[in-house]
Amino acid sequence: MSRIDVLKTYKIFIGGKFPRTESGRFSPLKNKDGDLVANICLSSRKDFRNAVVSCRNTQKQWENTTALNKGQILYRIAEILEGRKSQFIEELMMTGSSKYQAKNEVEQSIDRLIYYAGWSDKFQQIFSSVNPVASNHFNFSVPQAMGVISVIAPNEFPLLGLVSIVAPVIVGGNSCIVLSSEENPMVSISFAEVLNTSDVPHGVVNILTGERKELVSYFASHKDVNSIIYCGDKNEEIKEIEKVSVENLKRVKIYKRKNWNDKTSQSPYFIEQCQEIKTTWHPTES
Amino acid sequence: MSKININKSWKYDESLESTSHIKLKDKYDLFIGGEFVKPLSKKYFNTLNPATNQSIAEIADANDKDIDKAVKSARKAFNSWSKLDPKERGKYIFRIARMIQERAKEFAVIESIDGGKPIRESRDIDIPLAANHFFYHAGWADKLEYAFPNKKPTPLGVAGQIIPWNFPLLMAAWKIAPAIACGNTVVLKPAESTSLTALKLAELIQDSGLPKGVVNIVTGAGKTGAAIVNHPDINKIAFTGSTEVGKLIERSLAGIEKKTTLELGGKGANIIFEDAAIDQAVEGIVNAIFFNQGHVCCAGSRLFIQESVADIVIEKLKDRISTLIVGDPLDKNTDIGAINSVEQLKTIEKYIEIGKKEGGEIYQSKCSLPKKGNWCPPTLFLNVSQSHTIVQEEIFGPVLAIQTFRTIDEVIEKANNTPFGLSAGVWTEKGSKIFRLTKELNAGVVWANTYNKFDPSSPFGGFKESGMGREGGLHGLKSYLKFE
Repeated sequence: MSRIDVLKTYKIFIGGKFPRTESGRFSPLKNKDGDLVANICLSSRKDFRNAVVSCRNTQKQWENTTALNKGQILYRIAEILEGRKSQFIEELMMTGSSKYQAKNEVEQSIDRLIYYAGWSDKFQQIFSSVNPVASNHFNFSVPQAMGVISVIAPNEFPLLGLVSIVAPVIVGGNSCIVLSSEENPMVSISFAEVLNTSDVPHGVVNILTGERKELVSYFASHKDVNSIIYCGDKNEEIKEIEKVSVENLKRVKIYKRKNWNDKTSQSPYFIEQCQEIKTTWHPTES
Repeated sequence: MSKININKSWKYDESLESTSHIKLKDKYDLFIGGEFVKPLSKKYFNTLNPATNQSIAEIADANDKDIDKAVKSARKAFNSWSKLDPKERGKYIFRIARMIQERAKEFAVIESIDGGKPIRESRDIDIPLAANHFFYHAGWADKLEYAFPNKKPTPLGVAGQIIPWNFPLLMAAWKIAPAIACGNTVVLKPAESTSLTALKLAELIQDSGLPKGVVNIVTGAGKTGAAIVNHPDINKIAFTGSTEVGKLIERSLAGIEKKTTLELGGKGANIIFEDAAIDQAVEGIVNAIFFNQGHVCCAGSRLFIQESVADIVIEKLKDRISTLIVGDPLDKNTDIGAINSVEQLKTIEKYIEIGKKEGGEIYQSKCSLPKKGNWCPPTLFLNVSQSHTIVQEEIFGPVLAIQTFRTIDEVIEKANNTPFGLSAGVWTEKGSKIFRLTKELNAGVVWANTYNKFDPSSPFGGFKESGMGREGGLHGLKSYLKFE
């Protein structure tokens, strides 16, 4: 008798743990032949709020981790992902990608992590300035992490899109709660397993699966979230986000691009988008 | 310790700045398309001298149609201005900077008459800084690609700019200089109580030969501002003012592709450690809260003193504020001028009442106040805590809420425990402490062993509910450009 496969339960990722959604709801994910691939958690507002708490609790510690260390941790994520390449290719193929597409997406994702790992101790130098004020003061401006960021990840490129947004967010010292691709959420949870074995402190990245139309407004309105990144082009969702985010003047970034697979999908400016500029003055003796 | 009572022992002779060289018209129209034109609304309002509450001039009250006219003029000008050789664009802006310097004294006197600020401040800070802003940004006009490598910066289009009454000309310069240096054209609205120096700037711009319509200056109150915010052919809104209005603007722009920068309110923490140079710190406290009558978004309105030095600092502070002279803005002896408007004075007095009612211990300087006009003596509140209204809300007046602390962790927690995040001050002689504080305080500007310093090369702007985006410096240019 042939061996019976062990099927994986796909749960969500909050504070370094893999709980089921507190709501107990799920949505069946099917492959192109209509067979059930996995039951995906339909996360709730409460799941999101729990994730924000964990995100906030860990953010300062992550921000204060040295740039060198953050870079090494991002590099570590890439290493682990490289080792599990075949699993991710298989999962992407299960939900519709061709082998070529899947392989390319996974490899691009690994390379993108390496790219941002390298920026960890360099972007500060690009975006800082010493300002030649016309008085006896030493004055400098440096980027500082915005804090807790909620992310509506791209529907397209379920792995590469997620990595392209999350890597610049965390390399800049922010922590985040991500709503994964709604169309194809499976790899995001496998990616959470990669994060969890890569020395990323618990709570720095939290990943939820679920429906955009239910969750977008919670992601945008929560008062302990400093910024929201929305990937998509639905005008009514964008309007809702821009409206409810005003309550605590969240910084809103909208990415309408569909392609996360070209050279314009990575640059230090993606890191800069998630930084505040802080200026310090001190007198100099004349 | 025996103390000299300055007010009793010596009386200062008046040292009034002359007003003979200033030229003011009785009535000001709108500056649209390089000309002064009568408002389609046919309405005017009076601008008052807050030191006397007498009218200085009549100011046009622009309505929706006037704004539409101004936007059309700016749009028309944008087509050629944005294509002009950037080096030439820069030369026009340099020229404006120079002309402000030439007319600095006139601008300073009008600023003090119209806004109530002491002539020493308008003469030494507002006007020179306004000129410097034009000078600084003029030089950027043909160098923008070096500021944003690989990004191919291009102008946004027409910018609608709404500015407050606390630094009228300086705010106009903050807004106009980077916008036009980056190749945009502007429609700027000064605050209704302080339109005069912006209108004088319009005259200067006319004289400078800047192409018509690049800068349009329209006057009016909140409704005029709303007409700018809601105009469909404006690409960018830059607003400086209250957090409340800033949020209204953001809400009304939800779903609309207009870039915004907001410079909003604050409740700056000014932190005095036991190892600070105490006398310097006391001067710093005074400058942080009483500069410009406390009408400063980044004012150090929450004072935190380490417990071990609280008594001595408070005693010295009380002594120091008893020497501050409140009075005629045109008198060079004046430290604290007139409160900008009757409404603002009422707001400040309301907060002082709340402070007393909630149990704060008030200390006010017993200085003499002029009979006419809007005045508020320097005011301290002791025995207040984080939950007091006057500790949480922006007062925008010469009112300081004083708290004490024991440990550095405690003061960081307290300083950050506010929805605002514009500014903070730190006083200590220990460098490592300064660097810890500047890292951990959630504020866009941190002044260490100094306070309320500004410069065109230094980015200014807030975290959290104090605003979005920066103004000034390399970082401020981003607000007026779009990128590939």
